[in-house]
Amino acid sequence: MGGSILGNRVLRKEDPKFLTEGGKYVDDLLDEPMLAGAVHVTYARSTVAHGNITSIDTSDAKAMPGIIAVFTGADLDLQQVPSAFNPAATRTLLATDKVRYVGEPVVAIVSQTREQGEDASEAVIINYDVLPALIDLEVSMASDLHLYAACGSNVVFDTMVLGLPDNTGDAYFADCEVVVKGRYMNQRVAPCPLEVRGAAASWGANGRLTQWLSTQHAQGSVAPIAAANGVEESLVHIKTPDVGGGFGAKIGAYPEELLLGPIAKRVGKPVRWRETRSESMMALGHGRAQLQYVTIGGDRSGKVTHYQLWAIQDSGAWVDMGTILAPFMTRPMSSGVYNIPNIECRTTSVVTNTTPIVAYRGAGRPEATAAIERAMDMFAAHIEMDPAEVRRINLIPKFLEPHTTVVGQTYDVGDYETSLNKALAASDYAGWRAKQKVARASGAVKQLGIGVSVYVEITGGVGNGESAKVEIQDNGHALIYTGTSPHGQGHATAWAMLASEQTGIPIENIELVWGDTDLVPVGTGTMGSRSLQQGGNAVFAVSAELVNKAKTVAARLLEASEADIVLDKDAAAFHVAGTPSLTKTWSDLAKAEKSTGGLVHSDVIGVTGATFPFGAHVAIVEVDTETGKVTHLRHFACDDAGRVLNPLLLEGQIHGGVAQGTAQALLEEVIYDADGNPTSSNLAEYAFISAAELPNIDVIHMETPTPLNLLGAKGIGESGTIGSTPAVQSAVIDAVSHLGVRHIDMPTTPQRVWQAIAAAN
Amino acid sequence: MKIKITVNGTDTQGDVEPRTLLVNYVREHLGLTATNIGCDTSSCGACTVHLNGESVKSCTILAVQADGTSVTTVEGLATNGVMHPMQEAFMQNHGLQCGYCTPGMVMAAISLLKENANPTEQEVRVGLEGNLCRCTGYHNIVQSVLACAGKK
Repeated sequence: MGGSILGNRVLRKEDPKFLTEGGKYVDDLLDEPMLAGAVHVTYARSTVAHGNITSIDTSDAKAMPGIIAVFTGADLDLQQVPSAFNPAATRTLLATDKVRYVGEPVVAIVSQTREQGEDASEAVIINYDVLPALIDLEVSMASDLHLYAACGSNVVFDTMVLGLPDNTGDAYFADCEVVVKGRYMNQRVAPCPLEVRGAAASWGANGRLTQWLSTQHAQGSVAPIAAANGVEESLVHIKTPDVGGGFGAKIGAYPEELLLGPIAKRVGKPVRWRETRSESMMALGHGRAQLQYVTIGGDRSGKVTHYQLWAIQDSGAWVDMGTILAPFMTRPMSSGVYNIPNIECRTTSVVTNTTPIVAYRGAGRPEATAAIERAMDMFAAHIEMDPAEVRRINLIPKFLEPHTTVVGQTYDVGDYETSLNKALAASDYAGWRAKQKVARASGAVKQLGIGVSVYVEITGGVGNGESAKVEIQDNGHALIYTGTSPHGQGHATAWAMLASEQTGIPIENIELVWGDTDLVPVGTGTMGSRSLQQGGNAVFAVSAELVNKAKTVAARLLEASEADIVLDKDAAAFHVAGTPSLTKTWSDLAKAEKSTGGLVHSDVIGVTGATFPFGAHVAIVEVDTETGKVTHLRHFACDDAGRVLNPLLLEGQIHGGVAQGTAQALLEEVIYDADGNPTSSNLAEYAFISAAELPNIDVIHMETPTPLNLLGAKGIGESGTIGSTPAVQSAVIDAVSHLGVRHIDMPTTPQRVWQAIAAAN
Repeated sequence: MKIKITVNGTDTQGDVEPRTLLVNYVREHLGLTATNIGCDTSSCGACTVHLNGESVKSCTILAVQADGTSVTTVEGLATNGVMHPMQEAFMQNHGLQCGYCTPGMVMAAISLLKENANPTEQEVRVGLEGNLCRCTGYHNIVQSVLACAGKK
C-alpha cells in the first residue's frame, strides 16, 4: 500500500505547457472561432484628475485609417450605475459629464488593428472645465468640493455609520504610564500582475454573449456583465483563459470589460481589448493607501494595555472594494496577535481624484498588521526594551479553542509564541543583535537593522463554501470542475492530489476545469486565500462521495453487497473484500453508468468560518547611513497555514508574498503630483521589485491545523506579504534607530532614510 | 515592408508595417504566442527571445531590423519533445507560477549561463534584473538557474 500523496512536494502538472508552448492568455486566443474577424477596442482616457467635461470631439478620430466606430458614453446611452458599497455614488462606465481621475475611460474606439485604435485615441479631443484635484486624503476629507455630490461628503464610508463609536482621543490613555503616538502612511501601491487586463466579447447567433476575461472570479462577473448588456444572466457566458496574475486587482469586472458586449453589439462584430501597461498603471485598481493615526499605551514592564487606531482609507475616485477593506478587514484584525484589553478602532473611507483602490494581496490585513507592529516597535523603543521581548510579553497565549479579541474578532487556533521562537532561532536573532552592537560601536557607515513581526490574518473570509464536481470519463480519467479560479497558484496539481488521494486515480490522469460559467456555474473564485480551505476542501469531500457512489455501482456489477466493496487505491480499482483478483476499474464503472448520466458527483461543500493563519518574520537589512540605501540581506519567514497539502506550492506562495511585502517596504509607491497626474505610470517609473533587490527567503515550517475544514488547512496566499512588510520596514528603522530615528514611512527609499537620519541629527 | 526571418529553425516571411515590433511579428504574424508582452517601456523582459543566439527584448527591435536573422523563442527550445535543461530546471524547482514571465525568463536565463556558465547567486540575481516576475519572489527562479548550472 502506497502512502498518502498529501503533504508531498509534487511537481506541477501545469508547468510543461507554460514552459514549452506558453500559457493561453486572453490575448493569445488567435484561433478562437468565435473571435474570427474580431476588431479592437481602445479607450481614450481622461488626462485631467478632476473636471467637468465641456465637449468631446471625435470627428478627427473617426476619419483616421481603420476606424470602425467611436463611441462616447452618450452614444452608448450609458446610464448612471450605483456603487455596490455606497449607492449614493454613481457613475457612467464612460465618463459623460465629469472625470474624477487621470486614466478614467471617456471614449471607446473600435478599429481594425490595435495600433490604429491607439493612434485614433490620440486624436480624440476632450475639453474640460478643470476642477481642483483632491489628491491628499485629509484635504479631500475636509473639502466642500465633493466628487459625488449625492454623497454630501467625500467620506463615503465610516465605521460610525455602522453604529460603532468614535475613538475617544487622548483621554483613553489617561491611566497609562507610557503613551506613544504615530502617524503612518501605508502607501498606495500598484498590484502589477505581469499580464495586464484583457478581454474579448462575441455575440452568438443564439443571442448569447460569450466573454473571455482575465479574471479571478468568472462567476462574479456574470451579473454585472448581464446588467451592462441589459440581458438576462442566462445569456452571458464567461470563459477564463490562463490568467497572468491577479493579486486581488482582477476580482471585479471593470468598465472597460463591461462595455465590450455593448460595443460588439453596436459594431456587429466580435471585439478584443487589451490595455497597455501604461494604461494599466492608471486604470487597474491600486492597493493599500491607508493613513493611520495610532496611539499605544502601557507600562514600563512592557505590557500594552491600550491601543487606538484611526484608519483613513483612500478609496480613490470610485467607491470600489478598497472602501470596505478598512472597516471589514483592517478593523477586525486591529488587535493583531496581542492580548490588549482596551482597543478602539475607527475607520473612515474617503474618495480622492486618484485611481480607485481595490483588493491587493492581503487587502486590509497588511494595513492592520503594519499599524500594530510599528506601534509595538515604537513602544519598545520608548521603554528601551527589545522589540521581540515586548511582543512576547503581549502575545495571546497558545489557544486551540476559539479566541475572541476585544474588537470582537474570533480566531480559530493560534500559537504565536512558538512561531516567534522558531523565527528568532532560525534567524539567529541574538547573533544578529550582537553583530549590530559591534557595528554600532565601530561607527561604521553601513549599519545592520533587524526587524521582527508577528502577525495573524483572516483567510477564507470570502465565501462560505465552494462547488466541486468530479466526473469519471470512459478511460477512467477524472475531470474536476472547481469554483476556484487559479492564476498561478497550482490548483490543477493541488486539486488533482486531493482527488487522487480519495480515488486512487493518478494525478496525471486528472484534469481541472475552471472559470467557465457554463461548465462551472457556481463558484466564488480565487481571492482572500480561500481556495484550498474551501475549493480544495470541496474537491476532497466530493471525491469521497464519488467513491461511495462508485462502490454502489461496483457492488451491482460484482453482485456483492456494497458494504463488502473496497477501493484498492494503488490499483485505482474496486473489488470485493477478500477477492482482489476480480476487479472493476474506474473505467468499467464509468462505462456502466454511461446510460444513466455517467459516474459523476457534484456538490457545494460548506465551511463553518474563516481561518486565521499566523506567523513571525525576521528581516535583516544593511543601511548605508551616508546614502540611505537599504540592502535586504536575509529574510526568515515562519508561516503557519495549518496542514500543508504541497510544500512546494506553499513555499512558492510565501516567496511571492515576501517579495511583494518587501517591495512595499523598500521600493514601490504610486505617486501623483499636486494636479493629480500620476508620475509612476509605467514600469520605467514605478519601482517594481526585481531579483537583484531581494535575498533568498528562508522558509520555516510550522503546522497548527484548523478544525474548521476537512483538510485542516488555512490560507497561505497572502501571509508572506502580511508578515514581511512590517518586518522589513522595522529592520530599516532599526538600523538607524541608534541615530534617533523612530519611524520612516514606506517605501523606505534612500531619500527617505537619508532625510530621517538628517532630521534626527 | 517584406522581411524574412528564420524562427525556431523555420524560414518565415512577412509583409509588415515599418513600426511593427519583432514581438508583434512573432505573436501575431506567426501565431507563436508564448512570447508575451508585459509592458510598453522595455522594462519587464516578458518578450525576451534570442536573436542570432543572443537574448533581446523583442519589443525593442523592429521586425524589419530582424530581417535576415535567426530568432529562437521558447517554443523552439525543446527537441523531440524533450525540454531544454533550463525548462526542466524551472519545472523541477517550481520556478514559475502564473507562467506569464516564464518564456522570457527562460530565454534570459539560458543567455545568462551562456555568458557565465558558473554564476554565483548574486550574479544570477543581477543578470535577471531586466526580467520581472510578480509571483515567485524570484527565489525559485534563481534556484532553477543555479540548478541548471549544476550548482544545486
